[in-house]
Amino acid sequence: MFGKLSLDAIPFHEPIVMITVAMIAIGGVALVGLITYFKKWTYLYTEWLTSVDHKKIGVMYIIIAMVMLLRGFADAVLMRSQLAMATEGSPGYLPPEHYDQIFTAHGVIMIIFMAMPFFTGLMNIVVPLQIGARDVAFPFLNSLSLYLLISGVILVNVSLGVGEFARTGWVAYPPLSELGYSPGVGVDYYIWALQLSGLGTTLTGVNFLVTVLKMRTPGMKLMDMPIFTWTCTWANVLIVASFPILTGTLAFLTLDRYLDFHIFTNELGGNPMMYVNLFWAWGHPEVYILILPAFGVFSEVISTFTGKRLFGHHSMIYASGAISILGFMVWLHHFFTMGSGASVNAFFGLATMLISIPTGVKLFNWLFTIYQGRLRFTAPVMWTLGFMVTFSIGGMTGVLLAIPGADFVLHNSLFVIAHFHNVIIGGAVFGYIAGFAFWFPKAFGFTLNEKWGKAAFWFWISGFYVAFMPLYALGFMGMTRRLNTTDNPDWTPYLHVAFVGALLIAIGIACQLIQIFVSIRDREQNRDLTGDPWNGHTLEWSTSSPPPFYNFAEMPKANEIDPFYAAKRDGEAYKVPAKYSDIHMPNNTATGMVMGLLLTVFGFAMIWHIFWLAAVSLIGTIVYFVIHAARDDQGYMVPASEVARIEGEQHAILAQVRNGQTNSPVNKLEQA
Amino acid sequence: MSNLVFDGAKGHDHGHDHEHDHGHHDAGEMKIYGFWIYLMTDCILFASIFAIYAVLVNNVAGGPAGHDIFELPYVLGETACLLLSSITYGFAMLAMHKGNKSGVLGWLFVTFLFGLGFIGMEINEFHLLISEGYGPNRSGFLSAFFTLVGTHGLHVTSGLIWMAIMMYQVSKHGLTGTNQTRLSMLSLFWHFLDVVWICVFTVVYLMGTI
Repeated sequence: MFGKLSLDAIPFHEPIVMITVAMIAIGGVALVGLITYFKKWTYLYTEWLTSVDHKKIGVMYIIIAMVMLLRGFADAVLMRSQLAMATEGSPGYLPPEHYDQIFTAHGVIMIIFMAMPFFTGLMNIVVPLQIGARDVAFPFLNSLSLYLLISGVILVNVSLGVGEFARTGWVAYPPLSELGYSPGVGVDYYIWALQLSGLGTTLTGVNFLVTVLKMRTPGMKLMDMPIFTWTCTWANVLIVASFPILTGTLAFLTLDRYLDFHIFTNELGGNPMMYVNLFWAWGHPEVYILILPAFGVFSEVISTFTGKRLFGHHSMIYASGAISILGFMVWLHHFFTMGSGASVNAFFGLATMLISIPTGVKLFNWLFTIYQGRLRFTAPVMWTLGFMVTFSIGGMTGVLLAIPGADFVLHNSLFVIAHFHNVIIGGAVFGYIAGFAFWFPKAFGFTLNEKWGKAAFWFWISGFYVAFMPLYALGFMGMTRRLNTTDNPDWTPYLHVAFVGALLIAIGIACQLIQIFVSIRDREQNRDLTGDPWNGHTLEWSTSSPPPFYNFAEMPKANEIDPFYAAKRDGEAYKVPAKYSDIHMPNNTATGMVMGLLLTVFGFAMIWHIFWLAAVSLIGTIVYFVIHAARDDQGYMVPASEVARIEGEQHAILAQVRNGQTNSPVNKLEQA
Repeated sequence: MSNLVFDGAKGHDHGHDHEHDHGHHDAGEMKIYGFWIYLMTDCILFASIFAIYAVLVNNVAGGPAGHDIFELPYVLGETACLLLSSITYGFAMLAMHKGNKSGVLGWLFVTFLFGLGFIGMEINEFHLLISEGYGPNRSGFLSAFFTLVGTHGLHVTSGLIWMAIMMYQVSKHGLTGTNQTRLSMLSLFWHFLDVVWICVFTVVYLMGTI
C-alpha cells in the first residue's frame, strides 16, 4: 500500500535533522497562522498563486530563490564548521552519511533551486517590459513552469524529514548512484526533484524564446534589444538545447534504478562514463545559463549608472552568442582524467581557453563604458565592480584548469571548488543581487536601502575571499573535495580561515535581510513615483513602478538602442495618448498550481514506490490539463475607460513630480 | 496553453471585433512557432538516446545482437503503418483547410487506426522479446534498444491520446480557430515522430540486421 514508506523513514535518531525539521514546521505553522489571522488567503490565491502575470510570477521565483539561498547557505555553514572542527583526529559533529547528504543538497539547491529561479525570476519581471510586451507568449505555461519548480523544491525539502537525500554529490555519477550502491531513496529524491524542475525550465526556455522573437514592440529590431534581454535569450537557447539532455539522462538513470536496465551500470554492458558525458553536455551549458543573464545585469547597471549607452552593444550580443556556442564544446574538461587521450583532451582544453576571448570582450566593453562616464556609486555598481575583479580571477584559474596536464594534478581537489565558487558567486550571484537591487523599485514601487546594500556587498566580497582563497591553497596542497574529516596539520589553519569567511558571508546575508526589512519599513520615503528611479535607458523604466498589470497602455515606440533614453531626449516620454483602446489580457488560472501539486504527489509516490498513487496522480495531471485546454479560455478585455482611469492616476503623479511637489528619487538625483 | 495575449497595437486603430480576430490569428501562429521550438527540444532528447544506443549497441554481454532478434519484414509492416498514417494525417489537414469537418474526422480516424496498428505491433514485438528472455535487463544493448524504441512508442501513444481528444473536440465544436491551431500542432508532432522512426528504422533495424 505505501511502497517503501514507513515510519522508519523519519530520522528520529538524528537530533540535527529533527531540530531543523521542527524549526521549519514551526515556521510553516506560524506563516499559515499569520495568513489566516490577517485573512489573506483569498488575496494570496487570487492575486498571486493563480496569477499568470509575468511580474508576479517573477517575484514568486525570486522569493523561492532567496528562501533556498538560506537553506543552501545553512548547508555551507554546516560543512565549513564540520571541516574546521574535524581536524587531526577529531570526528567533528556530522557523521559521514549525513555530511554526504549535506554536500549533495548544497550543490543541487544552490544551482537548481537558488540560481536558476533567481535568474528566471529576474527574466520574468524584466524581459517582457524591456521589449515592450504585455506578457509572455504563453502566460499559463509560465505559471506551470513555476509550479514545476515548486514541485522540485517541495521534494528536496521533504527529503530532509522523510527518508534521506542523495549521498552522491550533486552530479550523482553512476555506478555510485545505481541501486546496488545507493539502495536508499536519496538518489530517487534527487532524480524526481531535478526531473520536475528541469521540465519547468525547458518550458520557460521555449516560452521566452517565442516571447522575444514574436512579441517585441513594433519597431524594435532584434539587434536593438536591450543586453539583458539578449543574454537571457542566449540563456534560453542554451536551455532549449541542453535541458532535454538532462531530462534524458535522468530518465535513463531512472530506468536503471526502477526497471533493472543496464544503461549506466558497470555490469552487463552498461557504460557509466556515458552518464558523465551526458551530464556535463547539459551541465556545462547550464553554468553559462547562469552566468549570461548576470552579464546582462552588469551591462544594464553599468550603462545606466554611467549615463552612457553601453560600449559595443552589438559586440556584446555576438560575444554572448560565441560563449553560448563554445559552451557546448567544452563539456569534457570536467573529466580530463577519463582517459580519452591527448588529442581529445587538447581539443577540449583549447576550446575552453577560447571562451576567455569573448568573455574578455565583455569585460573591456564594460570598462570602456565606464571610461569618460560619470559612474554613480550605487549598490548595484558596487556589485558590478566587485564582480569584474573577482570574476577575472575565477576566469584565470579556469584557464589554468583548462590545461589537461594541470587538471590531472588538480582534478577533484579543493582548487576546483574554489574555482567554480569564484565564478558562480563572483559572477552569477553578484549579478543577481545587483539585478535585484536595480529592478526592485520597478517590481515594488520603492527603492532598496543603499546603506545596508553596500554593507552586504562588503561582507559578501570580503567573506568570499576569506572563504575561498584558502581553498585554492588547500587544492595545491593536495586536499581533495568531499572530505568530512582531515588529518593533515598543515591544512588546519586554512580550514579555520575558510570558516571565518563563511561567517563573514553570513553577516552579508544578514545585512541583505535587514536591508529588505528596513526598505519595506521606510517605503514611503523611498517611493519611486515616476517609474524611472535611476534615469534608465530601456523601456521597463518608461512605465510606472510597479507597472499596471497590462504593462503599457499603448505599445511603446522603439526605433533605436535605448529607446526610453531616446524618448526622454526627444521630449517624447510620458506623453498622454489621444485616446486609449481596450486591452486584451489572459485570465488567471489555478491549472498550473493543481498540475504542480499533482506532479509533486507523483514524484513522491515514485520515490517511495507507491505505484498506484503515482498512476493516479499522473493520470489526474493529464486529465486536468485536458479539461483546462478544452475550456479554451480566451481571456478578457480591459475596457479603455479602465485603462484611462489607471493611466490618469499615474499622469497626475507625474505632473506633481514635475512641479517638484514630491521628493522622488529622480528629483534627488537631478538636484545632486 | 489556451490563454492568449493579443498584440493590441497592430489592430488598435480598427474596431474591437477585427482586433479580436487579428489577435487570435497571431496567437495561433505564435503557438505553432512555440511548438516548433518544443519539437527541437524533443529532437535533442532523441539525439541523446541515439547517442546512448550508438555507445551500447555492441555491448551484448553474451546475449543476442540485433541480427539475432530483429525480424525485418515485421518491422517493415510496422514502418508502413506509421508512414501511411502520416499521409492520411496530411489528408486530414487538407480537409481542414477546405473546412470539411467530416473529412477531417474520417481521415483522423484512419490515421488513428494506423497509429494504433503500429503501437500494437510494437507491443507485440516487445512482448515476444521479453518472453524469450531478451528483455532490457539482459544487456546494455537491449537496454538501449528498449529505451530508444520505447521512447518513440510512448510519443506515438501520447499522439494517439491527443488525436482521440481532437476528434472529440472537432466533432463537438467543429473546426474552430483553436481546433485548427491544435490540429496543426498535432500534425507537426505526428510527422516529427515519422522522421524519428525513419532514423530508428535505419540505425536500429537496418544497420542492426546487416
